[in-house]
Amino acid sequence: MMTPAIKAEQLSVSYGGRRVLDQVSFAIPPGSFVAVLGGNGAGKTSLFRAIMGLSTPERGSVLVEGQPVGRGRMPVGYMPQMRRMVAGQISGWHMVAAALQGRAWGLPWCSAHARAEVDAALDAVDARELAARPVMSLSGGERQRLLLAQAMLDHPRILLLDEPLASLDPARMRETTRRIYDLARQRGLTVLFSTHDINPLMGFMDSVLYLAHGKALLGSVDDVMTTPALSALYGAPVEVVRANGRLFVVADGGGDTLHCCDCAEHTR
Amino acid sequence: MFAYEFMRTAFVAAFLAAFVCGPVGWFLVLRGQSFASHALSHVGFAGAAAALLWGQPALLGFGLSAVVSGMGMGVASDRVVGRDVMIGLVLSLAMGTGALCLHFLTRSAGAATALLFGDILGISPSSLYWLAALAVGCVAALAVISRPLLFASLQPEVAEARGVNLRLLDVLFLALVGIASAMCSQITGVLLVFTLMVAPAAASLRLGFGPMSGMGVAFCLALIEAWGGLYLSWLTDCPASFWIALLGSVVFASANGVAHLRGR
Ligand SMILES: Nc1ncnc2c1ncn2[C@@H]1O[C@H](COP(=O)(O)OP(=O)(O)O)[C@@H](O)[C@H]1O
Ligand SMILES: [Mg+2]
Repeated sequence: MMTPAIKAEQLSVSYGGRRVLDQVSFAIPPGSFVAVLGGNGAGKTSLFRAIMGLSTPERGSVLVEGQPVGRGRMPVGYMPQMRRMVAGQISGWHMVAAALQGRAWGLPWCSAHARAEVDAALDAVDARELAARPVMSLSGGERQRLLLAQAMLDHPRILLLDEPLASLDPARMRETTRRIYDLARQRGLTVLFSTHDINPLMGFMDSVLYLAHGKALLGSVDDVMTTPALSALYGAPVEVVRANGRLFVVADGGGDTLHCCDCAEHTR
Repeated sequence: MFAYEFMRTAFVAAFLAAFVCGPVGWFLVLRGQSFASHALSHVGFAGAAAALLWGQPALLGFGLSAVVSGMGMGVASDRVVGRDVMIGLVLSLAMGTGALCLHFLTRSAGAATALLFGDILGISPSSLYWLAALAVGCVAALAVISRPLLFASLQPEVAEARGVNLRLLDVLFLALVGIASAMCSQITGVLLVFTLMVAPAAASLRLGFGPMSGMGVAFCLALIEAWGGLYLSWLTDCPASFWIALLGSVVFASANGVAHLRGR
């Protein structure tokens, strides 16, 4: 069997005694496009941090391409969850360029070769023109594209994308997902794509890694997104509802949508 | 004007301060930490006053206290952010302590004014060597850390993922800010460090320069401010600090005007 791109074995992550991931095990084959699904606080970001070796697991381990994880020397491109941009006045180009060999000591000087590499990454996400503008003048979606370009620098084999659809309007969600999917297919990348709404990824993902209550379930959409499978994962009755070709996970009885918080505005 | 040694000394000291304040200030504004220079110069004031009381040079006391508190700020950054009342109290306490030290100093009134508002014409030629050594050391250190510092400032999460030690950079950078504040306070005084450190850098960022050219432009603008202030002070016989502060505002306002016209 091929070495999994990412393998977690009995992985537990805690913050101050509170378990966020509880003995999670899964293996992701190389080249697959995985939706990491879970509500707010389910541990998506924590899982990514563990994969990058940024947090020490309380128990268990993570292997990336068969190797134990180590800070800063991984074939992993990371797109963090959107947040307030601190340095809004600098141009998008310089923001992306700062990530190229950004770890090396010395002056932030760009060689012609480095410039070409940054331009190529920007071209890959169609953001060459955007990048001339100051970051603060860009919309959320435009910033996401720059962050994606940044994640593609240094030719990673694995992409960890943390909620790339947050702050996008519904029409843009499919477009962005397709862009990422096409890039990943061209380059044979393994993609972990976290989201709280599975619907914009329908038709693109190979599998779903569903996180809830510290547990994880990996499988195809048809295997994971079923009422029995998710009820077992949540340890409580939940229902998977299909309506108009869309999936919703609903807590039984409460009428509470657990996630897929797309409502009326979602008519395309 | 250059016939007088104190004027020549002042111009060299102003050059050295601008040389440090330009690039350090550029990162300070980029990182949204411009308050740090303000805070560190307040703490530095207490250190400088204490040094005078002990018969030591003010620059030494200022530099030591600002560097130590800068590094402390870097180490405690998580716990400091958002504690504005606590920070305000610490700063007031520092200013109060400074006032107490000056109270016991015989020539206190002159010393207080010099510390608070700068006394660039009173810089001794021999202390230029100290200022030069600090300037070269500070800029060299910044040059070494500037690449990862830029990465960490723009995208902390990604930088961390690529193995950049954010905490270490924070501590080192704030130590450099301490040194820069100490040097700058020699020229502008404690209360006006902001004007030489932040105004040129903010203007340079506003004009849309990239990192390397931006630091260079910030240096040039700081130099224009500092030398222009000295020259105007010579012409008008008003304190250089006043002119430097005024030029700082003019530089920033013009940069905003230019950026606005360009539609940025
Ligand atoms: N550094 C941290 N310290 C303490 N608690 C944390 C930290 N990071 C995350 N958590 C907690 O861990 C849980 C999972 O967080 P996270 O992984 O960010 O979830 P998600 O990305 O799925 O929204 C949340 O309850 C969050 O409050
Ligand atoms: Mg998250």
